[in-house]
Amino acid sequence: MTTITTASRIPIDGPIETPWKLPYRGNVGMACLIIAESAIFIIFVVAYIYYIGKSLSGPTPAQVLELPILGTICLLSSSIFVHLAVSSLRKENYRGTTLHLGITVLLGTIFLATTAKEWYHLIHDEGLTIKTNLFGTTYYSLVGLHATHVVVGLIMLSLTLVLSLAGRVKEEHSEKLEVLSLYWHFVDAVWIVVFLVVYVLGR
Amino acid sequence: MTTTPVLEAVDETLETQGKPPLNVIYEWLTTVDHKKIGLMYICYALLFLVIGGFEAVLMRIQLAIPNNHFVSPQVFNQLFTMHGTTMVFFMGMPILFGMGNYLVPLMIGARDMAFPRLNAFSFWVSAFAGFLLYFSYIGGSGLYAAGSAPDVGWFAYAPLTSKVFSPGHSTDYWTLAVFLSGIGSIGTALNIVTTILCMRCKGMKMSRMPLLPWLYLVMSGLVFVAVSPLTAAQIMLTFDRYLGAHFFDTQAGGSAILWMHFFWIFGHPEVYVLVLPAFAFANEIIPVFSRKAMFGYPAMVAASVAIGFISLSVWAHHMFTAGLGPAGNTFFVFATMVISVPTGIKIFNWLATIWGGKIIFAVPMMFMVGFLFQFLIAGLTGIMLAAAPFNWQLSASYFVVAHFHYVLVGAIVFSLFGAFYYWYPKVTGKMMDETLGKWHFWLFLIGFHLTFDFMHIPGILGMPRRIYTYEDGRGWNTLNFIVGIGAIFQAVGTLILVYNMIRSYYKGKEAGHDPWDAWTLEWSVPSPPPSYNFAIEPTVNSRRPLWDLKHPEDPDTDYE
Ligand code: HEM
Ligand SMILES: [Cu+2]
Repeated sequence: MTTITTASRIPIDGPIETPWKLPYRGNVGMACLIIAESAIFIIFVVAYIYYIGKSLSGPTPAQVLELPILGTICLLSSSIFVHLAVSSLRKENYRGTTLHLGITVLLGTIFLATTAKEWYHLIHDEGLTIKTNLFGTTYYSLVGLHATHVVVGLIMLSLTLVLSLAGRVKEEHSEKLEVLSLYWHFVDAVWIVVFLVVYVLGR
Repeated sequence: MTTTPVLEAVDETLETQGKPPLNVIYEWLTTVDHKKIGLMYICYALLFLVIGGFEAVLMRIQLAIPNNHFVSPQVFNQLFTMHGTTMVFFMGMPILFGMGNYLVPLMIGARDMAFPRLNAFSFWVSAFAGFLLYFSYIGGSGLYAAGSAPDVGWFAYAPLTSKVFSPGHSTDYWTLAVFLSGIGSIGTALNIVTTILCMRCKGMKMSRMPLLPWLYLVMSGLVFVAVSPLTAAQIMLTFDRYLGAHFFDTQAGGSAILWMHFFWIFGHPEVYVLVLPAFAFANEIIPVFSRKAMFGYPAMVAASVAIGFISLSVWAHHMFTAGLGPAGNTFFVFATMVISVPTGIKIFNWLATIWGGKIIFAVPMMFMVGFLFQFLIAGLTGIMLAAAPFNWQLSASYFVVAHFHYVLVGAIVFSLFGAFYYWYPKVTGKMMDETLGKWHFWLFLIGFHLTFDFMHIPGILGMPRRIYTYEDGRGWNTLNFIVGIGAIFQAVGTLILVYNMIRSYYKGKEAGHDPWDAWTLEWSVPSPPPSYNFAIEPTVNSRRPLWDLKHPEDPDTDYE
């Protein structure tokens, strides 16, 4: 047992299913992250639903919330553009990639701006803060958690955009960009849930 | 056969002898190698095992005689909070993740984890969280006023955690520590899943993968859906404490029951997060020491996956006394009973594996037998507690404490100790001392039964948990004294283990690459394995590749 034997013996010749192909780890990792994040969001959504109408004092959602139509349209359509960015990159259409990434970042920023405007209005004109009542508590937490995810996504997308402008994003990076786009799609999907719960069900 | 040139080249990079110590430390601090990270996890968890065990002994000294004034009520509260938190988050999870980190890539024939840097990050975050928890002893109430560890229980029920009931920062340290440990756990779980799904060596189909990676896969899946809710709940709690939010503030219409739900949505699956790796060790060790292939491999996999799913729907059996109403109670009683079916399948399969085998009673196997027996008993008391009326009677009594320690210590810690003895030769290249191992086993076994068998009785006699002392003349005195003696036995046993590990590292017998005549891939590489594990990426075509190598006349492929 002094010499190392089996290490070099292990490859046994045998029928192996060819080709031996395993999933790309970026995608699997992102899928895991999305599952974990979904669980976090579910807890916040459950808390939101549980506390609908339980606030002991005003203001109520019906009094102060308005449907964020513009922001929603921007965010949802940005999903299409990030998808286009990935497929342009696959086709080695680098200018298309840059363009579509740029539009994605722009649309995401507009969404963020509408949220900021809404919060400004709520805090300044309506006096609703996280302390005011249960509605404030759950509203700012849930929407804030989502906005945090948008910010993170925007940072990553902007970095990619900068790299792309510098001509550093190439066809071989398309798998990675796809992982990022998965994240962005997830953020969008969460927004649909938040929108339904907060602005439709909650009012 | 001779070593391949590749292997030698790799070996050189591992060489630490003769390097200045500073460089060695630097290497460990910056490493992204899954084996080193695994070992760091294990060492830091062992540290916390000793600390948490010390807290347990202090509690038992306090409770050994009635009307004791060894520690004050406040200190007792801090002790059980710190003990519970330490054992679950900073001993149990990290030690199991450490084992997984070390073993999973080796067993699936991969050279490292899928995301080595994320791996290092997760480790350091968890380690930092552990030290943060204990830093509260220094920084807990105001600036550096000593002796103010968290005292809200490891479940931290609302409204105990509100600013009114726990001023100062001790609860914040607890929250942050648990939050960060959650981030670390999710990171590692993500890594384990990706490694298993994307890094298996050629020919290792899912149906050929050893059971240990399978169980780590299920366990990691549970981490995503169980630990994340806790992380979310910690965010809410922090908002309550720092931003004046009202999630768990009953004065403003918030709900304390909601915290209970969120906590136990984590808390119950957490038991399975801890116990699935314990099963995993049993799955590897029992067949090798019975010299038989695992009985019912597909059933084992199916049962594990089933346990993973069912465990998500039983959390409220921790809340029978919170008043959920008859429909709720019935559902959770039923779900809890259902989970005993796959668990029973597992026990049956282990017994069937042992049955008729040529059993070798080395120390790892002895721990496995202890594990099986104690897990069975824990299952029985668990079924008792699952019946709501019975639970109303016994909830928050020492019967519950005895029951869950049967699982946590009797099953998980026993299996873990067995795993230590089994894989120690692989990790260090040295055998552990068998005689010391037997001393450890017997002392720990006797201590365990003295402590936790006898702990059931005061529970039935009505002794509540989380009391710092009790009156004379209730009939609890002798029992509690015996329980205390047992705790000391266990402590001594554990110290023997630590001594054995250190001693064997320097003086142990050379182990060679395959001391147990085992079957899985980790035994095909030298001990300790070189960085990058495999000189040539292996190819397998059965569940027990080394068996096929050693017994070409009777390969596994014929039976699959
Ligand atoms: C090996 C010897 C051990 C002894 C003697 C021991 C003893 C104790 C005692 C006396 C309590 C306080 C019960 C109460 O007042 O309610 C306790 C609580 C607890 N223990 Fe242990 N323990 C041991 C090991 C472990 C291990 C290995 C784990 C986990 C992996 C663990 C997890 C817990 C938990 C979660 C609690 C509940 C804490 C709370 O009520 O907040 N213990 N233990
Ligand atoms: Cu439970």
